[in-house]
Amino acid sequence: MTDIPVWLAIVVGLLSLAGALLTLVGCIGLARFESFYERIHAPTLGTSFGTVAVLLASILYFSVTGQRPAIHEVLLLVFVSVTTPVTLMLLARAALYRDRAERNGTVPPSVGQDIVVPPTDAKS
Amino acid sequence: MRRVLPFPVLTLALLAMWLLLQQSLAPGQIILGSIIAIFASRGLAALQPERPRIRNPASIIKLIYFVTVDVFRSNVAVARIILEGRRHEQTAGFLTVPLDLHDRTALAILSCIITATPGSAWLEYDSLRGVVLIHMLDLVDEQAWIDTIKNRYERLLLEIFQ
Repeated sequence: MTDIPVWLAIVVGLLSLAGALLTLVGCIGLARFESFYERIHAPTLGTSFGTVAVLLASILYFSVTGQRPAIHEVLLLVFVSVTTPVTLMLLARAALYRDRAERNGTVPPSVGQDIVVPPTDAKS
Repeated sequence: MRRVLPFPVLTLALLAMWLLLQQSLAPGQIILGSIIAIFASRGLAALQPERPRIRNPASIIKLIYFVTVDVFRSNVAVARIILEGRRHEQTAGFLTVPLDLHDRTALAILSCIITATPGSAWLEYDSLRGVVLIHMLDLVDEQAWIDTIKNRYERLLLEIFQ
């Protein structure tokens, strides 16, 4: 363990707390929202500024204590912000396709060419 | 040159990524990273993707700035909606936006920006009509969102790619 200056401890502590809090709020939203399409908005709290805050804390801590020059956390941000939207879009499109096929709720019709969706029995 | 290194920027980015992950600038790592980067970018060339043409690199900085500011604001807005726990049925909704953007790389970037921003998600895009369907968590003023997407992001992406 290295001793760290007080200002660093405060800043790092606040940043990690802020990141953890944002991620927690995102998870609460995921549980609390009612429709699938609302739910896809909640986790992005954790993957955007939740991640940013935790990564900033990590960069500051390891750079100032001099254990290593720490900037490779930036890679994490790049990968997280590129991969999560792709997953969310895939999930949302799957939900959209199913809702149209089963005619659930108030899903708007396809914006493109009319995709012929065979009428299916919801139970089958 | 083109045959050996079909995607020079990608090769450099992969090498940089390798060195960052290894946290070392040792000659051995540079050689190993270069070999991996060259083979990986040639692997991508085998897929024959469209080569994105960046016309206005200065706009990239501006776009990154806009996105950072907007994502931060949306974080606060969505966190507030979740914590207040008010009824959302009235405010969440679908939105169709006509786009002038046709470059595939630019569209991919726009879709990631919109989905990564809390409170908005890109659902489907039709390339013939150039229309995109977006789901918004807080759809109070439709026109305001359309203006934000078109004037802030699309205009910059058009400057960068087309």
